[in-house]
Amino acid sequence: MTILSDLLHTFLQTILDVLPIAAIIFGFQLLILRRSIPHLKRVLLGFFYVLVGLALFLDGLELALFPIGKLMASQLTDPVFISGSEDPQVLAQQLGWWDYRWVYLFAFCIGFSTTIAEPSLLAVAIKANQVSGGAISVWGLRIAVALGVAIGISLGSYRIVTGTPLHWYIIAGYIVVVIQTFFAPRTIIALAYDSGGVTTSTVTVPLVAALGLGLAGTIPGRDPLIDGFGLIAFASLFPMLTVMAYAQISEWQAKRILSR
Amino acid sequence: MRSYQALLDSLLESFRDLLPIILVIGFFQIGVLRQPIPNFLEILIGTLFVLIGLSLFVRGLNLGLFPIGQNMAHALARKGSVFWLLAFAFLLGFGTTVAEPALIAVAQEAAVVAAGAMVIENTPEARDSYAYGLRMSVALSVGFAILVGVLRILRGWPIQYLIIGGYIGIIIMTALAPKEIVGIAYDSGGVTTSTITVPLVTALGVGLASSIKGRNPMIDGFGLIAFASLTPMIFVMGYGMLI
Repeated sequence: MTILSDLLHTFLQTILDVLPIAAIIFGFQLLILRRSIPHLKRVLLGFFYVLVGLALFLDGLELALFPIGKLMASQLTDPVFISGSEDPQVLAQQLGWWDYRWVYLFAFCIGFSTTIAEPSLLAVAIKANQVSGGAISVWGLRIAVALGVAIGISLGSYRIVTGTPLHWYIIAGYIVVVIQTFFAPRTIIALAYDSGGVTTSTVTVPLVAALGLGLAGTIPGRDPLIDGFGLIAFASLFPMLTVMAYAQISEWQAKRILSR
Repeated sequence: MRSYQALLDSLLESFRDLLPIILVIGFFQIGVLRQPIPNFLEILIGTLFVLIGLSLFVRGLNLGLFPIGQNMAHALARKGSVFWLLAFAFLLGFGTTVAEPALIAVAQEAAVVAAGAMVIENTPEARDSYAYGLRMSVALSVGFAILVGVLRILRGWPIQYLIIGGYIGIIIMTALAPKEIVGIAYDSGGVTTSTITVPLVTALGVGLASSIKGRNPMIDGFGLIAFASLTPMIFVMGYGMLI
C-alpha cells in the first residue's frame, strides 16, 4: 500500500514540476501566438505519458536502486572494508591512494551504467540521431557520454582521496576542451558541449552524491561539505572530451576507408 | 496486436538500458562486498516500475515534448518578433529551473555550508533567505542562458567563442569567489537541467535552427543546454561574492 501512495505522491510532485512549463507554453500559444496547438490531443497524451513514465521511473529508482546504491557507496568507502582489517592500529595508519582501488572501479562502473539509463541523455541522443540523418547513432553517443562520466567520476574520487584542489582539474579539463574544439568536426561541437549538461540528472546525481559524501566523510582531513560536492562537475566536464574524441575517431576512420 | 508488439519492444529496449546498472550492483554486492541482496521483492517491483516508466517516457517524448518544442519554435520564428522569441526563451529557462527539486535541495545544502563557514548567521531565517537567493540567481542565470543561446541561433554566432568566453569567466570568478561556494557553484551547473527541460529545450533549438534560413540544425540547433549548465556557475559565484 505504501508503494502505491508513494507513487501517487511522486506523480503529483512531477505534475507540480511541469506546471510552470505548461503555463508558459500554453500562455504563449494562446496570448502571443493566438492559435490553437496542432494535434492537441496527441500532445496532451504525450505529456501524460511523460508524467506517468517519469513518476514510475523516479519511484522505481527510489525503491530499487537508490537504497542499495547508497548503501554500497558507504560500505565501499568504509575504512574497515578498505584496509581489510578491523584492527584499530591498522586503521590509524594513513591509507595510500591505491587502497581505494575498489572505490575507483565502483565509481567508473556506476558512472557508466547510470548514464546509459539517463532519460535526458536518451532524449538528446534520439534527437541528434534524427537531425544528423542517422550519422550519429543513439548508442554511439550514449556510450561516448557514459565513458566520459565514468572517467570523470573515478578521477573525481581520486581527487577526493588525495585532496588536491578541484579547480586545477576543472581548469585543465577546460583547456583540453578548448584544444579539442579546434580539431573536432564542426557538426559535433554543439552536441558535445550539450552532452556535458545532460548527463547529470535523475539517475546519476543521487548515487554520485552519495559516493562523494561517503568518501569525504571517512577520509581524515576532508570536509564533506567542500569535498563531497564537485564530483558532479567532473561528470559534466569529461563527456565533452569523450564525445569530441568519438567524433574525431569516426571521422578519422571514415577518411582512412576513403583513402584506401 | 501491433501495439502490443511495440510495447513489448520498448520494454525490452528499456531493459537493455537498465541492464548495466543491474550487473554493476550485482557484481559489487556479491563479488566485492560479499553480501546478500536485501529486500529482493522491493528491488524487483522497483525495477519493473523503472522499466515501464522509461518506456512510457520515451513514447511521451515523441508524442508530446518534441513536437510541442519544435512547434513553438516554428510558430515563433514565423511570427518574426525577436522580442517575443527572446521573452519565451527567458521564461522557459527561468520557469523550468525555479521549481526544480534538485536545485531546491542543493540550495538548502549550500545554505548549511555558508552558515557553517560563518558567511551568514546560523539561523533558519538567514539560511532560508540565502537558499532562496541562490535559487533565484540560478533560475535567472538559466533564463539568461537560454536567451543568449536563442540569440546565438538567430545570429549564427559560432558556439565555441561564447563557451570559451564563459570558461574564462568561470576561471576569473573562481579566483575571486569565496572558497566555500566554489564546489557548490560547479555543481549547480549540472543540476539545473531536468529531464523535462532537456527534451523541450533541445527541440526548441533544433526547431529554430531548421526554420531559419542558413542555419544548420546540427551546428546551430544544439548548444542551449551547454549554456544553461555554464551560466549558473558564474552567477552562483557572483552571489557568493555579494553576500
